[in-house]
Amino acid sequence: MTRRQILDLYFMDARWKLIDLAAFIDRVERAEGEEDFRMQAFRTALLELSKGNKERAKQVLLAFSDPTTQPIAKAMGKGAVGAYKKTDSN
Amino acid sequence: MRYIEPHAHMVSRVTDDYLQMLTAGCAAICEPAFWAGFDRSSADGFYDYFCQLTEHEPKRAAKFGLPHFCWLCINPKESENLELANDVLTLIPQFLERPTVLGIGEIGLNKNSRNEMTVLEKHVDLAARHNQLILVHTPHLEDKLKGTRLIVDLIKSDQRIQPGRVIIDHVEEHTVQLVLDAGMWAGMTLYPESKCSPARAIDMVEMYGNERIWMNCACDWGVSDPLAVPKTALEMRKRGHNAAAIDKLVYQNPLRFLSQCPKFKLAEQ
Repeated sequence: MTRRQILDLYFMDARWKLIDLAAFIDRVERAEGEEDFRMQAFRTALLELSKGNKERAKQVLLAFSDPTTQPIAKAMGKGAVGAYKKTDSN
Repeated sequence: MRYIEPHAHMVSRVTDDYLQMLTAGCAAICEPAFWAGFDRSSADGFYDYFCQLTEHEPKRAAKFGLPHFCWLCINPKESENLELANDVLTLIPQFLERPTVLGIGEIGLNKNSRNEMTVLEKHVDLAARHNQLILVHTPHLEDKLKGTRLIVDLIKSDQRIQPGRVIIDHVEEHTVQLVLDAGMWAGMTLYPESKCSPARAIDMVEMYGNERIWMNCACDWGVSDPLAVPKTALEMRKRGHNAAAIDKLVYQNPLRFLSQCPKFKLAEQ
């Protein structure tokens, strides 16, 4: 497909998602309290969008990922929260 | 259009979903064993579940003319409990010869813990000893990259396992290449809120090729769409992929991988 055809197919959807993203950041910043590791990872991931890298989706995923390589001692729960939190034990 | 749904948890779905999938062109459904959303209290619960997967669910699907196959294991979300996992691993061999069992799955990791690794290794050994195909679940979100690396390294270290008989599921842009480079198959899971959107899945096919790759809906008791595969096929058409390319991805590829198990036979083959 040409770049124009891709824009015709996906621009409105991407525009909607971008505005929703902006509104999310505004909402977080209007709220009381401190940001946590999730928002820090989110801001790091956002920087990837304006870089010239051709694999932005991959770079955003890497920004949220656990970079360590060894198994953890014990699973303390089952869920994932979406961003890696560095602790003293890792 | 015809397609194979290679990963769907139909025990958690209503009967209408079978009808919808059949109407959309589904030719077969494969159901890996998974976590019920709560921890089962003993191996007896797994015995019943394996009977459900190998006896009851194929009958329910057959009412709609749909072949139903399954994979057996204890899911990584329950692998932290080594005693329970060992009890379940002991149960599995008696089910492996049943006519609709395709292999061991969906095994893998959840939080990348040592106990999960121990149970994964035992499942891989079980598959090797019984010459079974392997279907692997990779962890969610921030745990996926590390977990995928650990899983691929563990399986590659077992010389009895042929990489082409292993499918690593739930790949995303940061893990698909390392799976394909290891000679294994890659599964892309289409979810409304996480994993892959249809657009991103098609992006990956365009970037990484359409060999050793399939798409699945992994519909279960959570937010998921049993028609995600045919909907993505329609989006492929909008993106200019021709009928043969779509058929390869949603029918021929899963057929090729699954047919490595001689029990996977479809009427039209």
